[in-house]
Amino acid sequence: MAKIRVLVGTKKGGFILTSDGKRKNWKVQGPLFTNWEVYHMAGSPADPNRLYASQTSGWFGQVIQRSSDGGKTWETPGGGPTVQDGMPKGEANKFVYEGKVGQHLWYDGSSRNWEFKRVWHLEPSHDDPDVCYAGVEDAALFKTSDGARTWKELPGLRQHATASKWNPGAGGMCLHTILLDGKNPKRLIVAISAAGVFRSDDSGKTWKPANKGLTSDYIPDKNAEVGYCVHKLAQHPSNPDTIFMQLHGGVLRTDDAGGLWKPIAKGLPNDFGFPIAVHAHDPETLYVIPIDPMQGRVPPEGKLRVFRSKDGGKNWKGMTKGLPQENCFVNVLRDAMAVDTMEECGVYFGTTGGQVYVSADGGDSWDAIVQHLPHVLSVEVQTIK
Amino acid sequence: MVRVVVPSPLRTLGQVPAEVALEVKGPVTQRTILDALESKYPALCGTIRDHVTKKRRALVRFYACSEDLSNEPMDAPLPEAVAKGEEPYLIVASIAGG
Repeated sequence: MAKIRVLVGTKKGGFILTSDGKRKNWKVQGPLFTNWEVYHMAGSPADPNRLYASQTSGWFGQVIQRSSDGGKTWETPGGGPTVQDGMPKGEANKFVYEGKVGQHLWYDGSSRNWEFKRVWHLEPSHDDPDVCYAGVEDAALFKTSDGARTWKELPGLRQHATASKWNPGAGGMCLHTILLDGKNPKRLIVAISAAGVFRSDDSGKTWKPANKGLTSDYIPDKNAEVGYCVHKLAQHPSNPDTIFMQLHGGVLRTDDAGGLWKPIAKGLPNDFGFPIAVHAHDPETLYVIPIDPMQGRVPPEGKLRVFRSKDGGKNWKGMTKGLPQENCFVNVLRDAMAVDTMEECGVYFGTTGGQVYVSADGGDSWDAIVQHLPHVLSVEVQTIK
Repeated sequence: MVRVVVPSPLRTLGQVPAEVALEVKGPVTQRTILDALESKYPALCGTIRDHVTKKRRALVRFYACSEDLSNEPMDAPLPEAVAKGEEPYLIVASIAGG
Protein backbone atom coordinates (compact mmCIF):
# COMPACT_ATOMS: atom_id res chain seq x y z
CA MET A 1 0.00 0.00 0.00
CA ALA A 2 1.18 3.49 -0.70
CA LYS A 3 2.71 5.54 2.08
CA ILE A 4 2.35 9.25 2.65
CA ARG A 5 5.15 11.32 4.11
CA VAL A 6 4.40 14.94 5.02
CA LEU A 7 7.46 17.15 5.55
CA VAL A 8 6.69 20.07 7.84
CA GLY A 9 9.05 22.99 8.41
CA THR A 10 8.37 25.13 11.48
CA LYS A 11 9.95 27.96 13.42
CA LYS A 12 11.33 25.48 15.96
CA GLY A 13 12.37 22.51 13.88
CA GLY A 14 11.20 20.03 11.28
CA PHE A 15 8.61 17.29 11.60
CA ILE A 16 7.79 14.24 9.48
CA LEU A 17 4.22 12.94 9.53
CA THR A 18 3.61 9.50 8.04
CA SER A 19 0.53 7.48 7.24
CA ASP A 20 -0.69 4.80 4.90
CA GLY A 21 -2.82 5.65 1.88
CA LYS A 22 -5.97 5.91 3.98
CA ARG A 23 -4.51 9.04 5.64
CA LYS A 24 -6.41 8.45 8.87
CA ASN A 25 -3.77 7.36 11.37
CA TRP A 26 -0.53 9.32 11.56
CA LYS A 27 2.86 8.97 13.20
CA VAL A 28 4.73 12.12 14.15
CA GLN A 29 8.53 12.22 14.02
CA GLY A 30 10.33 15.24 15.40
CA PRO A 31 11.28 17.84 16.14
CA LEU A 32 14.29 17.54 13.88
CA PHE A 33 16.97 20.25 14.20
CA THR A 34 15.33 21.43 17.41
CA ASN A 35 15.05 25.16 17.95
CA TRP A 36 16.31 26.02 14.47
CA GLU A 37 13.92 27.47 11.93
CA VAL A 38 13.27 24.99 9.14
CA TYR A 39 12.09 27.04 6.20
CA HIS A 40 11.59 24.13 3.85
CA MET A 41 12.01 20.37 3.49
CA ALA A 42 11.66 18.59 0.16
CA GLY A 43 11.99 15.07 -1.21
CA SER A 44 13.52 13.99 -4.49
CA PRO A 45 11.01 12.72 -7.06
CA ALA A 46 13.79 10.49 -8.38
CA ASP A 47 14.55 8.89 -5.01
CA PRO A 48 11.97 9.38 -2.25
CA ASN A 49 14.53 8.50 0.41
CA ARG A 50 16.61 11.55 -0.54
CA LEU A 51 15.41 14.56 1.43
CA TYR A 52 16.80 18.06 1.74
CA ALA A 53 16.11 20.55 4.53
CA SER A 54 16.87 24.24 4.95
CA GLN A 55 17.80 24.85 8.59
CA THR A 56 18.44 28.46 9.53
CA SER A 57 19.03 30.67 12.53
CA GLY A 58 19.47 34.36 13.26
CA TRP A 59 22.52 33.41 15.32
CA PHE A 60 24.29 30.79 13.27
CA GLY A 61 23.12 31.37 9.70
CA GLN A 62 22.27 28.74 7.12
CA VAL A 63 22.65 24.97 7.32
CA ILE A 64 21.61 22.45 4.68
CA GLN A 65 20.69 18.99 5.90
CA ARG A 66 20.37 15.89 3.75
CA SER A 67 18.87 12.49 4.40
CA SER A 68 19.35 9.38 2.28
CA ASP A 69 17.02 7.12 4.26
CA GLY A 70 13.72 8.97 4.18
CA GLY A 71 14.44 11.15 7.19
CA LYS A 72 15.60 8.53 9.71
CA THR A 73 19.09 10.04 9.78
CA TRP A 74 20.46 13.37 8.57
CA GLU A 75 23.83 14.84 7.74
CA THR A 76 25.32 18.14 6.66
CA PRO A 77 26.91 16.95 3.40
CA GLY A 78 30.66 17.16 3.67
CA GLY A 79 30.39 18.39 7.22
CA GLY A 80 31.27 15.38 9.31
CA PRO A 81 34.27 15.43 11.63
CA THR A 82 37.50 15.51 9.66
CA VAL A 83 39.35 12.24 9.45
CA GLN A 84 42.44 13.33 7.60
CA ASP A 85 43.91 15.74 5.08
CA GLY A 86 41.56 18.56 5.94
CA MET A 87 38.61 16.96 4.14
CA PRO A 88 35.65 17.24 4.02
CA LYS A 89 35.34 20.98 3.52
CA GLY A 90 31.96 21.73 5.06
CA GLU A 91 30.55 23.81 2.22
CA ALA A 92 26.95 22.59 2.21
CA ASN A 93 25.93 25.97 3.62
CA LYS A 94 28.26 28.10 1.45
CA PHE A 95 26.05 30.27 -0.75
CA VAL A 96 28.24 32.88 -2.43
CA TYR A 97 27.00 35.21 -5.18
CA GLU A 98 28.93 34.98 -8.44
CA GLY A 99 30.74 38.03 -9.81
CA LYS A 100 29.64 41.57 -9.06
CA VAL A 101 27.20 41.49 -6.15
CA GLY A 102 25.19 44.56 -7.18
CA GLN A 103 22.47 46.50 -5.38
CA HIS A 104 18.69 46.34 -5.03
CA LEU A 105 16.12 48.74 -3.62
CA TRP A 106 15.54 48.88 0.13
CA TYR A 107 12.26 49.67 1.91
CA ASP A 108 13.03 53.39 2.08
CA GLY A 109 13.93 53.64 -1.61
CA SER A 110 17.68 53.62 -1.04
CA SER A 111 19.96 51.03 -2.64
CA ARG A 112 21.55 48.22 -0.69
CA ASN A 113 24.09 45.51 -1.54
CA TRP A 114 22.82 41.97 -2.11
CA GLU A 115 23.46 39.93 1.06
CA PHE A 116 22.78 36.22 1.49
CA LYS A 117 20.49 35.53 4.46
CA ARG A 118 18.83 32.12 4.12
CA VAL A 119 17.39 29.45 1.84
CA TRP A 120 13.63 29.77 1.52
CA HIS A 121 12.86 26.95 -0.89
CA LEU A 122 14.49 23.73 -2.11
CA GLU A 123 13.38 22.18 -5.39
CA PRO A 124 14.90 18.77 -6.15
CA SER A 125 15.35 17.74 -9.78
CA HIS A 126 12.77 15.42 -11.30
CA ASP A 127 15.34 12.84 -12.38
CA ASP A 128 18.58 13.13 -10.39
CA PRO A 129 18.53 12.92 -6.59
CA ASP A 130 21.87 14.74 -6.34
CA VAL A 131 20.55 17.79 -8.23
CA CYS A 132 18.57 20.38 -6.32
CA TYR A 133 17.82 24.08 -6.77
CA ALA A 134 17.68 26.56 -3.89
CA GLY A 135 15.81 29.85 -3.83
CA VAL A 136 17.43 32.24 -1.39
CA GLU A 137 17.11 35.64 0.30
CA ASP A 138 18.45 38.09 -0.95
CA ALA A 139 16.89 36.80 -4.13
CA ALA A 140 18.99 34.46 -6.20
CA LEU A 141 18.91 30.92 -7.56
CA PHE A 142 21.53 28.32 -6.62
CA LYS A 143 22.01 24.74 -7.78
CA THR A 144 23.82 21.72 -6.41
CA SER A 145 24.80 18.76 -8.59
CA ASP A 146 26.55 16.78 -5.86
CA GLY A 147 23.82 16.20 -3.31
CA ALA A 148 24.31 19.56 -1.53
CA ARG A 149 28.02 19.22 -0.83
CA THR A 150 28.52 22.42 -2.84
CA TRP A 151 26.23 25.08 -4.32
CA LYS A 152 26.75 27.33 -7.32
CA GLU A 153 24.70 30.36 -8.28
CA LEU A 154 22.96 30.70 -11.64
CA PRO A 155 23.92 34.39 -11.74
CA GLY A 156 22.01 35.43 -14.85
CA LEU A 157 18.88 35.96 -12.78
CA ARG A 158 20.38 38.24 -10.12
CA GLN A 159 22.36 40.09 -12.78
CA HIS A 160 19.22 40.81 -14.84
CA ALA A 161 18.98 44.42 -16.07
CA THR A 162 15.99 45.08 -13.81
CA ALA A 163 17.62 43.77 -10.61
CA SER A 164 18.47 47.20 -9.24
CA LYS A 165 14.69 47.88 -9.16
CA TRP A 166 13.79 44.76 -7.15
CA ASN A 167 12.76 45.35 -3.54
CA PRO A 168 11.95 43.19 -0.54
CA GLY A 169 8.47 42.26 0.62
CA ALA A 170 7.70 42.36 4.33
CA GLY A 171 9.39 38.99 4.82
CA GLY A 172 12.54 39.91 2.92
CA MET A 173 13.57 39.75 -0.72
CA CYS A 174 13.11 36.05 -1.18
CA LEU A 175 13.07 33.70 -4.13
CA HIS A 176 10.35 31.36 -2.91
CA THR A 177 9.07 29.45 -5.94
CA ILE A 178 10.96 27.32 -8.46
CA LEU A 179 8.98 25.54 -11.18
CA LEU A 180 10.76 22.85 -13.19
CA ASP A 181 9.10 21.98 -16.49
CA GLY A 182 9.03 18.21 -16.94
CA LYS A 183 8.30 18.57 -20.66
CA ASN A 184 11.00 21.15 -21.33
CA PRO A 185 14.10 20.57 -19.20
CA LYS A 186 15.62 23.89 -20.25
CA ARG A 187 12.72 25.92 -18.87
CA LEU A 188 12.81 27.30 -15.32
CA ILE A 189 10.27 29.67 -13.82
CA VAL A 190 10.88 31.42 -10.50
CA ALA A 191 9.02 33.94 -8.37
CA ILE A 192 10.52 36.60 -6.14
CA SER A 193 8.84 38.80 -3.55
CA ALA A 194 8.73 41.62 -4.46
CA ALA A 195 10.15 41.51 -7.97
CA GLY A 196 7.80 39.14 -9.77
CA VAL A 197 8.01 36.14 -12.06
CA PHE A 198 11.02 35.37 -14.26
CA ARG A 199 11.37 32.71 -16.94
CA SER A 200 14.44 31.09 -18.44
CA ASP A 201 14.41 28.90 -21.55
CA ASP A 202 18.11 28.09 -21.49
CA SER A 203 18.54 26.23 -18.19
CA GLY A 204 18.93 29.40 -16.15
CA LYS A 205 21.56 31.26 -18.16
CA THR A 206 19.30 34.15 -19.22
CA TRP A 207 15.97 35.33 -17.85
CA LYS A 208 13.01 37.46 -18.86
CA PRO A 209 10.40 39.04 -16.57
CA ALA A 210 7.03 37.32 -17.02
CA ASN A 211 4.70 39.78 -15.32
CA LYS A 212 2.51 41.12 -18.11
CA GLY A 213 -1.08 41.47 -16.94
CA LEU A 214 -0.19 41.90 -13.26
CA THR A 215 -1.28 45.06 -11.49
CA SER A 216 -0.74 46.20 -7.95
CA ASP A 217 -2.15 49.20 -6.13
CA TYR A 218 1.27 50.04 -4.74
CA ILE A 219 2.91 50.31 -8.18
CA PRO A 220 1.93 53.58 -9.87
CA ASP A 221 3.26 52.49 -13.27
CA LYS A 222 0.61 50.12 -14.66
CA ASN A 223 3.13 48.79 -17.18
CA ALA A 224 5.94 48.16 -14.70
CA GLU A 225 8.11 45.25 -15.78
CA VAL A 226 9.03 44.22 -12.21
CA GLY A 227 8.19 45.04 -8.60
CA TYR A 228 5.26 42.65 -8.05
CA CYS A 229 4.82 40.87 -4.73
CA VAL A 230 4.05 37.40 -6.03
CA HIS A 231 3.21 35.15 -3.10
CA LYS A 232 3.21 31.72 -4.79
CA LEU A 233 2.86 29.89 -8.11
CA ALA A 234 1.44 26.43 -8.80
CA GLN A 235 1.54 24.27 -11.90
CA HIS A 236 0.27 20.86 -12.97
CA PRO A 237 2.98 18.65 -14.48
CA SER A 238 0.77 17.55 -17.39
CA ASN A 239 0.08 21.12 -18.43
CA PRO A 240 3.16 23.20 -17.53
CA ASP A 241 2.27 26.25 -19.65
CA THR A 242 -0.70 26.87 -17.37
CA ILE A 243 0.41 28.41 -14.09
CA PHE A 244 -1.73 29.74 -11.26
CA MET A 245 -0.64 32.62 -9.03
CA GLN A 246 -1.53 33.94 -5.62
CA LEU A 247 -0.45 37.57 -5.80
CA HIS A 248 -0.36 40.11 -2.97
CA GLY A 249 -3.83 41.18 -4.02
CA GLY A 250 -4.95 38.95 -6.84
CA VAL A 251 -5.37 35.37 -8.01
CA LEU A 252 -4.40 34.87 -11.65
CA ARG A 253 -3.61 32.31 -14.32
CA THR A 254 -1.46 32.22 -17.40
CA ASP A 255 -1.83 29.73 -20.25
CA ASP A 256 1.35 30.64 -22.06
CA ALA A 257 3.99 30.15 -19.35
CA GLY A 258 3.88 33.71 -18.12
CA GLY A 259 3.27 35.53 -21.40
CA LEU A 260 0.06 37.07 -20.05
CA TRP A 261 -1.67 36.79 -16.66
CA LYS A 262 -5.47 36.96 -16.34
CA PRO A 263 -7.41 37.52 -13.09
CA ILE A 264 -9.50 34.65 -11.69
CA ALA A 265 -10.30 35.93 -8.18
CA LYS A 266 -13.97 36.72 -8.82
CA GLY A 267 -16.07 34.75 -6.33
CA LEU A 268 -13.49 34.65 -3.54
CA PRO A 269 -14.17 36.51 -0.26
CA ASN A 270 -10.99 38.44 -0.97
CA ASP A 271 -8.07 38.13 -3.33
CA PHE A 272 -5.27 38.12 -0.74
CA GLY A 273 -3.56 34.98 0.53
CA PHE A 274 -0.29 33.14 0.37
CA PRO A 275 -0.36 29.52 -0.91
CA ILE A 276 -1.95 28.11 -4.03
CA ALA A 277 -2.08 24.46 -5.14
CA VAL A 278 -3.32 22.36 -8.05
CA HIS A 279 -5.11 19.00 -7.77
CA ALA A 280 -2.83 16.07 -8.60
CA HIS A 281 -5.06 14.64 -11.34
CA ASP A 282 -7.08 17.59 -12.61
CA PRO A 283 -5.07 20.53 -13.96
CA GLU A 284 -8.10 22.83 -13.71
CA THR A 285 -8.87 22.17 -10.03
CA LEU A 286 -7.08 24.54 -7.71
CA TYR A 287 -7.02 25.60 -4.08
CA VAL A 288 -6.42 28.90 -2.27
CA ILE A 289 -6.88 30.04 1.33
CA PRO A 290 -8.13 33.64 1.41
CA ILE A 291 -6.68 35.79 4.17
CA ASP A 292 -7.89 39.24 5.22
CA PRO A 293 -4.96 41.61 4.79
CA MET A 294 -6.67 44.47 6.62
CA GLN A 295 -7.45 42.58 9.85
CA GLY A 296 -4.02 41.23 10.71
CA ARG A 297 -3.66 38.65 7.96
CA VAL A 298 -6.10 36.11 9.38
CA PRO A 299 -9.05 34.24 7.82
CA PRO A 300 -11.99 36.51 6.97
CA GLU A 301 -14.64 36.50 9.73
CA GLY A 302 -12.49 34.10 11.78
CA LYS A 303 -13.52 31.22 9.47
CA LEU A 304 -10.76 29.01 8.08
CA ARG A 305 -11.87 28.08 4.58
CA VAL A 306 -10.09 26.47 1.66
CA PHE A 307 -11.58 27.71 -1.59
CA ARG A 308 -11.63 25.25 -4.47
CA SER A 309 -12.28 25.89 -8.13
CA LYS A 310 -12.97 22.95 -10.42
CA ASP A 311 -12.98 25.04 -13.58
CA GLY A 312 -9.65 26.83 -13.55
CA GLY A 313 -10.81 29.81 -11.53
CA LYS A 314 -14.19 30.65 -13.08
CA ASN A 315 -16.15 29.55 -10.00
CA TRP A 316 -15.06 29.07 -6.39
CA LYS A 317 -16.55 27.19 -3.46
CA GLY A 318 -15.49 27.42 0.18
CA MET A 319 -14.62 24.10 1.83
CA THR A 320 -15.39 24.18 5.56
CA LYS A 321 -16.15 20.65 6.80
CA GLY A 322 -13.69 19.87 9.60
CA LEU A 323 -12.16 23.35 9.64
CA PRO A 324 -12.80 25.89 12.44
CA GLN A 325 -15.60 28.27 11.48
CA GLU A 326 -15.36 30.66 14.38
CA ASN A 327 -12.60 32.41 16.30
CA CYS A 328 -9.83 31.21 14.00
CA PHE A 329 -7.03 33.75 13.67
CA VAL A 330 -4.13 31.90 12.09
CA ASN A 331 -2.37 32.43 8.79
CA VAL A 332 -1.22 29.92 6.17
CA LEU A 333 2.12 30.83 4.64
CA ARG A 334 3.17 30.60 1.01
CA ASP A 335 4.95 27.24 1.12
CA ALA A 336 2.53 25.62 3.54
CA MET A 337 0.10 23.86 1.18
CA ALA A 338 0.70 20.76 -0.93
CA VAL A 339 -1.06 17.79 -2.52
CA ASP A 340 -0.36 14.07 -2.69
CA THR A 341 -0.82 11.92 -5.79
CA MET A 342 -3.11 9.22 -4.40
CA GLU A 343 -6.04 8.22 -6.61
CA GLU A 344 -8.25 10.34 -4.36
CA CYS A 345 -6.06 13.41 -4.21
CA GLY A 346 -5.04 14.53 -0.73
CA VAL A 347 -4.62 18.19 0.11
CA TYR A 348 -2.57 19.43 3.07
CA PHE A 349 -1.83 22.74 4.73
CA GLY A 350 -0.18 24.01 7.90
CA THR A 351 -0.97 27.12 9.90
CA THR A 352 0.93 29.64 11.97
CA GLY A 353 -0.99 28.22 14.93
CA GLY A 354 0.71 24.84 14.53
CA GLN A 355 -2.09 22.81 12.99
CA VAL A 356 -1.52 20.61 9.95
CA TYR A 357 -4.74 19.68 8.17
CA VAL A 358 -5.35 16.91 5.64
CA SER A 359 -8.21 16.35 3.25
CA ALA A 360 -8.21 12.82 1.85
CA ASP A 361 -11.09 13.60 -0.52
CA GLY A 362 -9.82 16.43 -2.65
CA GLY A 363 -10.89 19.18 -0.26
CA ASP A 364 -14.45 18.10 0.63
CA SER A 365 -13.61 17.42 4.29
CA TRP A 366 -10.67 18.04 6.59
CA ASP A 367 -9.00 16.55 9.67
CA ALA A 368 -6.19 17.91 11.80
CA ILE A 369 -3.18 15.58 11.73
CA VAL A 370 -1.53 17.57 14.52
CA GLN A 371 -2.81 20.56 16.47
CA HIS A 372 0.07 21.99 18.44
CA LEU A 373 3.24 22.16 16.40
CA PRO A 374 5.26 25.39 16.33
CA HIS A 375 4.39 28.08 13.74
CA VAL A 376 4.35 26.18 10.41
CA LEU A 377 6.52 27.62 7.64
CA SER A 378 6.19 24.93 4.99
CA VAL A 379 4.44 21.69 4.08
CA GLU A 380 5.52 19.24 1.37
CA VAL A 381 4.09 15.81 0.64
CA GLN A 382 5.63 12.64 -0.75
CA THR A 383 3.50 9.82 -2.09
CA ILE A 384 5.58 6.66 -1.87
CA LYS A 385 4.14 3.80 -3.91
CA MET B 1 46.00 22.08 23.99
CA VAL B 2 43.60 25.00 23.72
CA ARG B 3 40.17 24.49 25.29
CA VAL B 4 37.16 25.83 23.38
CA VAL B 5 33.58 25.90 24.69
CA VAL B 6 31.02 25.58 21.88
CA PRO B 7 27.43 26.91 22.24
CA SER B 8 24.79 24.23 22.62
CA PRO B 9 22.99 24.73 19.25
CA LEU B 10 26.24 23.96 17.45
CA ARG B 11 27.11 20.85 19.44
CA THR B 12 24.40 18.71 17.85
CA LEU B 13 24.98 20.23 14.44
CA GLY B 14 28.72 19.63 14.39
CA GLN B 15 28.79 16.48 16.53
CA VAL B 16 30.95 18.50 18.91
CA PRO B 17 31.33 18.01 22.67
CA ALA B 18 30.58 20.96 24.94
CA GLU B 19 34.28 21.58 25.36
CA VAL B 20 36.80 20.79 22.66
CA ALA B 21 40.54 20.37 23.09
CA LEU B 22 42.37 21.66 20.03
CA GLU B 23 45.97 21.62 18.95
CA VAL B 24 46.60 25.06 17.48
CA LYS B 25 49.56 25.53 15.18
CA GLY B 26 51.55 28.77 15.48
CA PRO B 27 50.58 31.68 17.68
CA VAL B 28 47.32 31.20 19.57
CA THR B 29 44.93 33.87 18.30
CA GLN B 30 41.18 33.96 17.79
CA ARG B 31 41.73 33.30 14.09
CA THR B 32 43.99 30.27 14.59
CA ILE B 33 41.60 28.81 17.16
CA LEU B 34 38.60 29.16 14.83
CA ASP B 35 40.60 27.81 11.89
CA ALA B 36 41.52 24.73 13.94
CA LEU B 37 37.95 24.27 15.17
CA GLU B 38 36.46 24.47 11.66
CA SER B 39 39.13 22.16 10.30
CA LYS B 40 38.29 19.50 12.87
CA TYR B 41 34.52 20.04 12.64
CA PRO B 42 33.70 21.22 9.10
CA ALA B 43 29.97 21.41 9.76
CA LEU B 44 30.70 24.51 11.84
CA CYS B 45 32.06 26.39 8.80
CA GLY B 46 29.88 29.42 8.15
CA THR B 47 28.00 29.19 11.46
CA ILE B 48 30.35 31.18 13.69
CA ARG B 49 31.83 33.47 11.04
CA ASP B 50 31.09 34.13 7.40
CA HIS B 51 32.41 31.53 4.96
CA VAL B 52 34.21 34.06 2.76
CA THR B 53 34.88 37.24 4.75
CA LYS B 54 35.52 35.37 8.02
CA LYS B 55 33.59 38.15 9.77
CA ARG B 56 32.01 37.14 13.10
CA ARG B 57 28.30 36.54 12.83
CA ALA B 58 26.51 39.43 14.52
CA LEU B 59 24.89 37.43 17.34
CA VAL B 60 27.94 35.32 18.20
CA ARG B 61 30.38 36.59 20.85
CA PHE B 62 33.86 35.50 21.99
CA TYR B 63 35.12 35.57 25.59
CA ALA B 64 38.20 34.45 27.53
CA CYS B 65 39.59 35.22 30.97
CA SER B 66 36.45 37.25 31.82
CA GLU B 67 37.09 39.57 28.87
CA ASP B 68 34.85 40.20 25.85
CA LEU B 69 37.13 39.63 22.86
CA SER B 70 34.39 39.87 20.22
CA ASN B 71 35.65 43.09 18.70
CA GLU B 72 39.36 42.60 19.35
CA PRO B 73 41.74 42.01 16.41
CA MET B 74 41.48 38.39 15.30
CA ASP B 75 45.26 38.08 14.91
CA ALA B 76 46.18 39.46 18.34
CA PRO B 77 47.83 36.90 20.64
CA LEU B 78 45.48 35.58 23.32
CA PRO B 79 46.42 35.48 27.02
CA GLU B 80 48.93 32.80 27.97
CA ALA B 81 46.31 31.13 30.18
CA VAL B 82 44.25 30.41 27.04
CA ALA B 83 47.25 29.21 25.05
CA LYS B 84 48.21 26.83 27.87
CA GLY B 85 44.66 25.53 28.29
CA GLU B 86 44.29 26.91 31.81
CA GLU B 87 41.33 29.05 30.72
CA PRO B 88 38.83 28.15 27.98
CA TYR B 89 38.03 30.25 24.92
CA LEU B 90 34.26 30.72 24.97
CA ILE B 91 32.04 30.95 21.87
CA VAL B 92 28.71 32.30 23.08
CA ALA B 93 25.34 32.77 21.42
CA SER B 94 24.29 36.22 22.54
CA ILE B 95 20.99 36.71 24.31
CA ALA B 96 18.55 38.26 21.87
CA GLY B 97 14.83 38.25 21.37
CA GLY B 98 12.16 37.85 24.03
